[in-house]
Parts: sequence; structure tokens; C-alpha cells
Amino acid sequence: MTGYHLAELNIGTARAPTDSPEMAGFMAGIIPVNALADTAPGFVWRLADGDGPGATALRPCGPDVMVNMSVWEDLESLRHFAYRNGPHLDFMRRRRSWFHPMAVPYLVLWWVPAGHIPGLDEALSRLDLLRRDGPGPRAFTFRDPYPPPAQATLPVEAPLPVEAPLPVRAPVAQTG
Amino acid sequence: MSEISVIAVLDDPVRRNLYDYVSARGDGVSRSEAAAATGIGRTLAAFHLDRLAEAGLVEITFARPPGRTGPGAGRPAKLYRRAAAEHHVSVPPRDYRAAAELLAEVVDLTGAEPELQRSARSRGAAAGRAAREQAPGLPDGDLVSGTLSAQGYQPYRDGGDVRLRNCPFHLLASRHPPLICGMNLALLEGLLEGAEVTSLTARLDPRPGECCVVLENSKNKDD
Repeated sequence: MTGYHLAELNIGTARAPTDSPEMAGFMAGIIPVNALADTAPGFVWRLADGDGPGATALRPCGPDVMVNMSVWEDLESLRHFAYRNGPHLDFMRRRRSWFHPMAVPYLVLWWVPAGHIPGLDEALSRLDLLRRDGPGPRAFTFRDPYPPPAQATLPVEAPLPVEAPLPVRAPVAQTG
Repeated sequence: MSEISVIAVLDDPVRRNLYDYVSARGDGVSRSEAAAATGIGRTLAAFHLDRLAEAGLVEITFARPPGRTGPGAGRPAKLYRRAAAEHHVSVPPRDYRAAAELLAEVVDLTGAEPELQRSARSRGAAAGRAAREQAPGLPDGDLVSGTLSAQGYQPYRDGGDVRLRNCPFHLLASRHPPLICGMNLALLEGLLEGAEVTSLTARLDPRPGECCVVLENSKNKDD
């Protein structure tokens, strides 16, 4: 155990409003997929809002952009759920029917101290960092991952040395 | 060892046969099992398996048979398993993987996945039709297994289903999972359609270390 958990944020521009027939498959599928996430090995937390399944009602990035955020014990747990869980992989396979392609990164990963739950502001700032600087220790991707900070025994409250990457705090269903 | 030397280690029919057997088995295989399966003596099998291990084509692990522990349980069995590393030789030099990576990135960025899936389905259907034309009377399971074997999937039976031990697109799929697994599913759906196989249905169901698709026996399903 490194004392850090893996947070992720993914966003997607929906092709139609969530109550439209075009999005019906997505809105129906998200519920069982979220349930699978909740019991997946290594799952810690995912963003949820009372108004719709999961985080589907949240619109911090504009009216058509859906967001999702989750926290996992490590990168492999998330990777396994995202890409080696049959129903979730199938959901991802069909994403083009529901979401527009994006020319800029729409998924970001970062390390948070174990027990910290990231807020949307922090998550979005990590996405901005990824878009601006490319993958690095504070914001990365599955294809270009970075390890957690090396200070495994550091207590959560202790200030980190200036040179060390500051881990930021961060749900499962990939919408992007 | 150079790539060409590694691959040259397989240039012996007995050794190639052993490698193919070990490669198609997901779990570790003992010398005795491999010898029995390929019809050779254990000493000869050991010789060839060790040459394969020296070349890095198979790896060796040691395991106690289940249920046996403590002194007197016996020496742990030496087991052979296909090594994960890929080996490539192309003459003249060709680098299709670099092109594939670039094309995959662009399909991802531009959202051309539906077109990719359509093309893949078409391509799979052509392969299915060709297979069916060559062997019109062959039972579905044999036709599909034979075709998938030739394409490198290493099919095996699991109850009434057909599972695929090997992913022919492994490294590309690990970098672009939904894209490549979606393409793969479409290829296999197309294959079944083209070969007019109705007893099997392709579905995404990854098993650790294996291809993401299962070909399920349609007759077993209630829906």
C-alpha cells in the first residue's frame, strides 16, 4: 500500500438531452454499470448526485457536458474495471452513439492521499493541467501513467517537500 | 539473443509443436503433460522445453500440486507457460504497428469508431463466407475453431462456448481498449454472420490474460 488512492475524472459532450430517445440506452445502462463499480475490487468512491443516476445530472462544464469522477485503491483496479469488466467494456464500446468525439483529453487520472475525496474543482484543474502540459505526475492517463509519490510513510497532514508532486484528491462509468 | 535467433529456435517441428501446445494452454504445463500431448518422450520434451525457456519463449514456474504441503509433499513441479514478450522479425523492415497506433489514435480522436466497426464486420463476414465455401458441411464449432485458429486466436471449448486464449491485437488493445475490443467484436460477429453460424453469438466478456470476446452457445441462453 502506498498511502495513495487513484482518482479519475472523465467528461463527455452528450449528443442529445438525457431524456431523449437517443440517450435512452446510456441512461438505462448507467445504473447496472454503476452497481457493478460499487462492488468491483479496489473501488473506493464515485460521484453521485440525487437528481439522476450516478453523476448524470451534474453540469459543471456546461449544459451538454456530462461528468463522472471516482476513486480507486490503485490504477490496476480502475483499469481492470474500466476495460476488463464485460458490461462496462461493452458500455464503452458503444459510447459514440451517445457522446461526441473530443479532440482534447477527456479523461484524467491523479493520485490522492488515501481517504481524501476530490472535489470537482480540483478534478477539473487536473484535467486542465493534462490538457496544457500533457501527462505528468500530477495528471496522467492510462496510456502514460505515473506512480504515486514515493513518501509511503508520510502522514496525510504533513507538508510535502516542494519538489514532490502534490497529489490531488478524485467514478467509474466512463462517459468519454 | 537477437529477434531472429529467438524465432529461429522454433524452426524444428517437434519444438514448434511443443511451443504451440504450451502457448495454447493458459495455465502452467508440466513436462509430462506436454510430452503426452505432443506424442514424444519426456526426456526429449524436457530438452526442447529448456531450449524454449533459454530463448525466452516460455517461462518456468514451480508449483506444488494442490492439497500438498509440508515435508514429504514432494518436489514442486516444474511448469512451463508461454512468455508474454512479443517477438517480431520483418524482412524487408516493416512497422505496421507504428501505423496501427497512429490510425487508432486518429479514429479515437475523430470518433470514427462506428465506421471502424462496420468495416471490421464486413471484413469478418468475408472471412466467414470464405471459410464456409471451403468447408460447407463442417459443423459450426469446427468451422469457427478452425478459422479462428488460423487467425491466431487460440480457441478452446468451455462447456458449449468457445473462448479465445490469445488476443491478436494485444498491445494495441491495451492502449485503446474500447476501440480495439469493439473492432474485434465486430470482426467476430461478422465472421459468424458470413459463415452462417447461428449456434454461437459473440459477446464481450474478458477473462484475465485472454481475448475479450466469448462465442456463446446460443442454444444455452434463455433470451
